[in-house]
Amino acid sequence: MSSYLNQGYLDIEDITVPTEERFAKGAVAVIECVQNIPCNPCTDACPRKAITIEGSINNIPNIDFDLCNGCGICVAQCPGLAIFLIDKTFGEETATIGMPYEFLPLPEKGEEVTLLDRAGNECGRGRVTNVRNTKAMDRTPVVFLEVDKDAAMRVRFFRRDSK
Amino acid sequence: MRLDQHPILSFDRGKPITFTFDGKPVNANEGESIAAALHAAGYKTLSHSLKLGRPRGFFCAIGKCSSCMMQVNGIPNVKTCMVLAEEGMDVRTQHGWGELKNKPSSRTYPRREMPLLETDVAVVGAGPAGLSAAIYASKFGAKVLVFEENTKVGGQLIKQTHMFFGSRDHHAGVRGIDIGDKLISQLGDNVEIMTETPVVGYYAPGELAVIRDHRLHRVRAKKIIVATGASENMLALPNNDLPGVYGAGAVQTLMNVYGVLPGKRMLMVGAGNIGVIVAYQALQAGVDVAAVVEALPVIGAYQVHASKLRRCGVPILTRHTIQTTWGDGQVEGATIVRLDDNWRQIPGTEQDIACDTICLSVGLKPTVEIFFQAGCSMAKIPELGGDIPIRNEFMETSVEGLYVAGDASSIEEASSAMLEGRLAGLDAVEKLKGSSDELQELKNHVKESLDELRAGPFGEKIRQGEKKLQEEASRL
Repeated sequence: MSSYLNQGYLDIEDITVPTEERFAKGAVAVIECVQNIPCNPCTDACPRKAITIEGSINNIPNIDFDLCNGCGICVAQCPGLAIFLIDKTFGEETATIGMPYEFLPLPEKGEEVTLLDRAGNECGRGRVTNVRNTKAMDRTPVVFLEVDKDAAMRVRFFRRDSK
Repeated sequence: MRLDQHPILSFDRGKPITFTFDGKPVNANEGESIAAALHAAGYKTLSHSLKLGRPRGFFCAIGKCSSCMMQVNGIPNVKTCMVLAEEGMDVRTQHGWGELKNKPSSRTYPRREMPLLETDVAVVGAGPAGLSAAIYASKFGAKVLVFEENTKVGGQLIKQTHMFFGSRDHHAGVRGIDIGDKLISQLGDNVEIMTETPVVGYYAPGELAVIRDHRLHRVRAKKIIVATGASENMLALPNNDLPGVYGAGAVQTLMNVYGVLPGKRMLMVGAGNIGVIVAYQALQAGVDVAAVVEALPVIGAYQVHASKLRRCGVPILTRHTIQTTWGDGQVEGATIVRLDDNWRQIPGTEQDIACDTICLSVGLKPTVEIFFQAGCSMAKIPELGGDIPIRNEFMETSVEGLYVAGDASSIEEASSAMLEGRLAGLDAVEKLKGSSDELQELKNHVKESLDELRAGPFGEKIRQGEKKLQEEASRL
């Protein structure tokens, strides 16, 4: 039995991760959707047709990491909020993670936040580098966090400090 | 407890009004149901059980559970979740069965002709299935009347803030709240929707009784499509009638339709898609979610839904159930307990959780009374939700001209409900107005889409149920 069926979140082994070589070229989308569910808006979202679902709509999406240019449009379009934009070229020691964030109030650029992993456990502090929230994103803003490079595939959410 | 901001929704609060509850003034806004307005004012107890006088709050918030019945302007047994608050209304707690004051004696009771409404197609229920049926029946020339008991059109879509799955053809990627508007915009000129008009009976052949403006009306229709949806299951546990125990749909109604918080801290029971989605929506509204408990060893919800809740820090406890809930007049907490592999509670694993809200998401049951009354051949198929009318591949029941669509025919996603509605609407209009290549093509396309949606592992249960249903149908 896959552990996500019991724990509700994916282990890193469940996820198709881009190579370090690809990461070195810039931002790239990582799709954390591994179950056969009837859903395909991600394939329509990608302007470069990097995301495909072959055959049945129930098949899982494949992403061509070389075609993906890291535009991030798919992040706000995925109904499962399961796509993350990883940029390991952001800084010497740091990467950014773009993640869907459907909560209010939105964090502010420059704000420091507590980082959370897939299980909601705290894993250090990070900084908000950008908040993308256009009309086309239809109320699914994407928040970009600067994190330690080695945390880029671990951090998936954050908590704002209570004021 | 009214929300002033929400990440997805904006609440158009109506004009401020005041009504009285047992003589005390309550501030409300136009457009709020009496029950929602009372909730916002902090009153969760709406009625009392008849024998023991135990306090009751509403469970369903869509007019099905009857635990919100109160006396309104002297009229007893008013479902306050379905009636909008009005300025100066006199709302009172009802004691006992309720009595109509100033009832005319039978001798003076006025005899009136029942108004008659005639149409090609009558649709019962303006949710995703009913609206889809109306769109497609009208598209090919049928005059359609849609009857909806609620004040709002869209059924359960009006509280679904999340983006839907499926493909673009089934409005995937669009939020449920916006799909209702899309469907309404597709309705032809030959469709009329009557809200606050419950259907109370079927009379052969092809007649319905409906109540409109407090008056019984007859409806004569050549075809009838029933899309009455479903009601939420209760869970047997001590004190499950305490105010503060809600069905998941009721929590959605409060939070997402009226912008009223159900409470401050919630325990969710059931980790299927609905349980996990509503727990996430509660977080979005600012409710603290203590945990989700699930008796099964696995999470039934899609992994992506479970993941987005887990990363917010909400535990999902499989092989756990709620043992009891307690509180003085309303929910103050719950005890959860671990289950062993034989579903027995493991002594010593009890854990108390402080919460003022318990949300039950333990399955749905099709609303099928009208089919029983019509004399449809019924089948009990657990995979599809329980008792359902036996139907053919185009959703027609054993009573000719009477169709079923949506959750009333099998508990599934809204995307399948819309496709079933299209199918019923197309078949009904084909029999009334004749066929065409375009109509046949559409019918085939809808059937293929439906099969495709059910093709994956999450459609397994539905496929098994469909198979049983076909076996039952072949025996007729």
